[in-house]
Amino acid sequence: MAILVVAAHDGKTVRANVANAVAAAGQMGSDVTVLVAGSNCDEAAKSAAAIQGVAKVLQADDAAYANWLAEDIAPLVVKLAPNYSHVVMAADSVGKNIAPRVAALLDVAQVSEATQVVSPDTFVRPIYAGNAMATVQTADKVKVVTIRPTNFKAAAAGGSAAIEKIGGEGAKGLSSYVGAELSKSERPELTSAKIVVSGGRGLQSGENFKMLETLADKLGAGLGASRAAVDAGYVPNDYQVGQTGKVVAPDLYIAIGISGAIQHLAGMKDSKTIVAINKDEEAPIFQVADYGLVGDLFQIVPELTAAVEKK
Amino acid sequence: MKVLVAVKRVIDYNVKIRVKADNTGVETANVKMSMNPFDEIAVEEAIRMKEKGAATEVIAFSAGPAQCQETIRTALAMGADRGILVQADGELQPLAVAKLLKAVVDKEQPGLVIVGKQAIDDDSNQTGQMLAALLGWSQGTFANKLNVADGSVEVKREVDGGLENIKIKMPAVITTDLRLNEPRYASLPNIMKAKKKPIETLAPDALGVDVAPRLKTLKVEEPPKRKAGIKVKTVAELVDKLKNEAGVI
Ligand SMILES: Cc1cc2nc3c(=O)[nH]c(=O)nc-3n(C[C@H](O)[C@H](O)[C@H](O)COP(=O)(O)OP(=O)(O)OC[C@H]3O[C@@H](n4cnc5c(N)ncnc54)[C@H](O)[C@@H]3O)c2cc1C
Ligand SMILES: Nc1ncnc2c1ncn2[C@@H]1O[C@H](COP(=O)(O)O)[C@@H](O)[C@H]1O
Repeated sequence: MAILVVAAHDGKTVRANVANAVAAAGQMGSDVTVLVAGSNCDEAAKSAAAIQGVAKVLQADDAAYANWLAEDIAPLVVKLAPNYSHVVMAADSVGKNIAPRVAALLDVAQVSEATQVVSPDTFVRPIYAGNAMATVQTADKVKVVTIRPTNFKAAAAGGSAAIEKIGGEGAKGLSSYVGAELSKSERPELTSAKIVVSGGRGLQSGENFKMLETLADKLGAGLGASRAAVDAGYVPNDYQVGQTGKVVAPDLYIAIGISGAIQHLAGMKDSKTIVAINKDEEAPIFQVADYGLVGDLFQIVPELTAAVEKK
Repeated sequence: MKVLVAVKRVIDYNVKIRVKADNTGVETANVKMSMNPFDEIAVEEAIRMKEKGAATEVIAFSAGPAQCQETIRTALAMGADRGILVQADGELQPLAVAKLLKAVVDKEQPGLVIVGKQAIDDDSNQTGQMLAALLGWSQGTFANKLNVADGSVEVKREVDGGLENIKIKMPAVITTDLRLNEPRYASLPNIMKAKKKPIETLAPDALGVDVAPRLKTLKVEEPPKRKAGIKVKTVAELVDKLKNEAGVI
């Protein structure tokens, strides 16, 4: 049977992680349809059609879908679901909001944050902040799965799927969108950046985080943080890396003034190379670091910034 | 308005968990258990609503073995008024918990249900959204700030790009994110008082809910270990390794 990938988008392009979801879906079955629901989402639908491995794009244009309210999107997915063996979404804040609502309306279980597709009905997923990996099997007719994008190599561009326009279901009137306060950044997006520089409580202030911005800009890196740094207000919430924040797996992760609590490790320990800079040589972050540098970050970071500049 | 909060008994977040040798699960014997941290935030939020006069009664719900009584007691000591324990010994998956919660909601008719965004044991992040679906209610997930006013709730949500504001109709389901509030500690007098607060015990059968797991766990394994790294002495050495050994800059 066919797989339905539900794509989040900004009206112009689908999110980068949709290509990861398409790749994961391709391991569950061969006929991948992408649903692009939105308001005036022609461009987004075209961007989905351009992902390799997509057989068809369903474009549902409806004013009700402009802001991705779960109460309005879920019924549309539920209506389409019986034609598919799987409904797949990336495990980001959109997928996590919508997929469980879809699953419950279908009276099926949901597999959260699959990191591996063992077979069409069997998946590996992390539990306990990734300190254990569970292999789970579902007998449900429609399998609702969110996938962890960093574990699936994105499907390449260059596809040319047909786009079929379908109607919308209208608004349910349960919820309405008021607005957003998005953090502006010129830097690469955290979850897809090749290099991530992350700071923790050791930075001591939001002001000091500027040091990391300078380093990140030299490296072309995304900027992340520990929960402690977010809670203390040094940086916005969307910087948080970890069990309950974002999961990243860049080529290089530089943890600065971060102790390495299991909840933080959960979000970054799949990075290819990990560097830790911490003044406490006993800090647990060193247990996962390929390269550890013990010392005062206020001395090391400027030095490192200067050194990579010379590159 | 009644507010129902869900509190799950989980392995304490400070415990380094161990995978059982037979790969059937995670060792829970003789391990410290606590209330799921996101649920402490849920309880705190509900109590604040009561303190502000927006809520009249706070009911703490937990599903699981008899020991969940302790988790409910913790909520009562924080300030919840009474508890409901749905006692069940086997594994309870989010869909089953959502159905149990729905049955309790049908009985109690709360104006709001507040649950955690995620249980730190199964890391599912499903129950609240599932409950909202089953009830046909609105959902305010990953809440960073709530404002209850005139039959609706303004919810500031933590999303990938920052914060998002939505307005949802009541009754509604809320799931808490970390920055919603800082939960209080129960004071000793309140812990004593909590001992006298009522806890009703129900069985899934009595609520007409089939709690049999839908997902079959085939095995639970340790994640792959990273190989031990090295300590470098200087920034120059670090940069050299990153360039010439790891090839990442
Ligand atoms: C339910 C729950 C969910 C959570 N989710 C997450 C999550 O998603 N992500 C996350 O990160 N955390 C999460 N946490 C929090 C986690 O348990 C830790 O509290 C947090 O990661 C600690 O952040 P930190 O390492 O910045 O702070 P700390 O643990 O305080 O560490 C600061 C480090 O900085 C070092 N330092 C200080 N000054 C200097 C200096 N001048 N030079 C060099 N080093 C210095 C110190 O040696 C120390 O190691 C969660 C916790 C709970 C309960
Ligand atoms: N067995 C349970 N008892 C009480 N509340 C639960 C239970 N399971 C889940 N919940 C609630 O649902 C939230 C999300 O859990 P989950 O969907 O498992 O990640 C938790 O933070 C709790 O508030």
